[in-house]
Amino acid sequence: MASVQFKNVSKSFGEFVAVKDMSLEIGDGEFVCLLGPSGCGKTTSLRMIAGLETPTSGSIEIGESDVTFKHPKDRQISMVFQDYALYPHMNLADNIAYPLKVRGESEQNRHKRAQEVADVLKIGHLLERVPAQISGGQQQRTSLARALVYPSKVYLFDEPLSNLDAKLRLEARGFLNHLQRDMGMTAVYVTHDQAEAMALATRIAVMNEGEIVQYAPPIEIYRRPATTFVANFVGNPPMNLLPVEAMIADGGISIRADGLSMDPLPVSARAAKALETGKTLTLGVRPEHLHIAAGGESNTISGKLFANENMGPESLVTLERADAARFTARIFTDDEIRLEQNVSLAFEARHVHLFDADGLRLPFDGE
Amino acid sequence: MRHMFLRFFSRIGFSVFASLIGALFALPLIWFLFAPFNARAELGLAIPNPFTLSNFVTVFNNTFAIRGLWNSLIQSVGGVIFVGVSATLAAYALSRSNMPGKSAVTYVLLLFSSVVSGSAAMVPIFLIVNSVGLIDTHISVILVFAGGLLPTAMFILRDFIDGIPKSYEESAMVAGASPVQAFFDVALPVIRPGIVVIVVWSFVNIWGSFLIPFILLRSSEKMPASVAIYSFYSEAGTPIVTLLAAYALLYSLPVVALYLFVSWKFGFRFFGGIKA
Ligand SMILES: Nc1ncnc2c1ncn2[C@@H]1O[C@H](COP(=O)(O)OP(=O)(O)O)[C@@H](O)[C@H]1O
Ligand SMILES: [Mg+2]
Repeated sequence: MASVQFKNVSKSFGEFVAVKDMSLEIGDGEFVCLLGPSGCGKTTSLRMIAGLETPTSGSIEIGESDVTFKHPKDRQISMVFQDYALYPHMNLADNIAYPLKVRGESEQNRHKRAQEVADVLKIGHLLERVPAQISGGQQQRTSLARALVYPSKVYLFDEPLSNLDAKLRLEARGFLNHLQRDMGMTAVYVTHDQAEAMALATRIAVMNEGEIVQYAPPIEIYRRPATTFVANFVGNPPMNLLPVEAMIADGGISIRADGLSMDPLPVSARAAKALETGKTLTLGVRPEHLHIAAGGESNTISGKLFANENMGPESLVTLERADAARFTARIFTDDEIRLEQNVSLAFEARHVHLFDADGLRLPFDGE
Repeated sequence: MRHMFLRFFSRIGFSVFASLIGALFALPLIWFLFAPFNARAELGLAIPNPFTLSNFVTVFNNTFAIRGLWNSLIQSVGGVIFVGVSATLAAYALSRSNMPGKSAVTYVLLLFSSVVSGSAAMVPIFLIVNSVGLIDTHISVILVFAGGLLPTAMFILRDFIDGIPKSYEESAMVAGASPVQAFFDVALPVIRPGIVVIVVWSFVNIWGSFLIPFILLRSSEKMPASVAIYSFYSEAGTPIVTLLAAYALLYSLPVVALYLFVSWKFGFRFFGGIKA
């Protein structure tokens, strides 16, 4: 196991800059997820660690040694590809043992080791088959077995679960989490699925348009998203965001928007500074922090009922304001919710997020 | 009810019609199988009576004709190896490298290749081969065929390799393989069905062609079967049908054998990528 470091790495394809001046430190034994929408440069970053792309500028280190221009074979890494890249002409045993073959292991040792790893992944009985003869989930585990069959400094994953159906994906995710706890491997895991990143990562690097927007542990990303982009990307359903007018009055920040009624929020240094130049901010509240107003709450937003979706353990209640902006609440209840045409949702002040005109978080003092 | 009858009879009518057409096309083939074993020359279809191998005995005693088969084999196998190896390496490089203008290279070569194998270029080709001093050698035939077939072979193979995910070789290299190892262990076996198509196609092309060896070769010991087959024509130019049929059967056997071998061994199918 080893650490990985990006030092001011950029990568361009012709004119197009896929990764912009990226610096990232991945500690020994960490499981870091690169999370972001499709096309934001996750795969490119991962491939640079593997040596399958060469940075246009900057350097990459694995375990203190500069590997920027090293061939992939000299990096001592493993990678699970999105399409699994299983060799169609080899049976599973040879597929899994291929890394040992190129390292010159004897056939007997190779197959013994392949059997061990395959047994752990519950594909031990399939070793004689070729990839075309097994299911998608088994193919995924075979590619995982090939990555685990020899000790590596870093394990790289490029959306390894994206080709599985929902049930298998959950199962595989649980297994990867177990593996990480068991082996304490250093892993870099690319995904566009925020739930996967939240479940697996010790730290998440949220990327957008080739840049890292926030790099923090999952809970931090969830509780204190650095930008409206992160706030919107992490969480399901995503955070409700609403443009509001704000000004400092009566020793607090008073916030106004149609249908919104709020007590003034405590003034923080950053918020005061942001309000010097403009008065438009973005207010954010997560759906799970909203409940149906019972009357007497001080922070509420109201509008017309737009949808009421019962999901079993929870309900998603969405209201629509006059300007067509929508607000969704996740309400945990066993009972069916009956609602009038006009709905009012309430929230607590401590669950409010504020972002300035550029979408950057305005932290409360002490945060 | 009437409707059903109508459908039934139109179906029968169609089958009869199709069988007739099939039989029409099968007739020459059946002649081709029967005539070599017939002592009398017949252009009509006749079951050999008596059944005889004497035609083959005569053909086997014609050393020029038999050496022709051997020469065809030398030229075809030589050409196939040349085209197969070069096309594979070139197509792989053209597919996987990102050198600028690589498509232009293929298209220009493709354009000129039709010139090389066309009869219009026979005079310049003869002059070139002559000035290099290769006239009347197997090598000259092999090289000229390679020049004509390679661009198309490269084009077909490149297209095939383009369809194979790069992640095969990439995963091999990440696993510790050098580019050469990745090529031989992983890429080559996956490309093989494409190579087989090229091999069969160029073999059939060289095996059957007359003009190029006829022009480039002089001594009768080097002529391929496509030229030697004319030794079964009388001086006046009329074919000796019995011998011609026997020789033609022998001449077609290697091609049939190649097809059978390939479809038994590889089945003319492509692996394709693995999809979930
Ligand atoms: N080989 C390449 N040539 C040109 N553009 C590329 C290449 N690889 C990736 N890109 C571009 O770089 C951007 C980032 O790609 P990628 O890292 O694959 O995104 P992600 O994995 O986050 O979806 C995309 O816009 C993609 O089109
Ligand atoms: Mg990707």
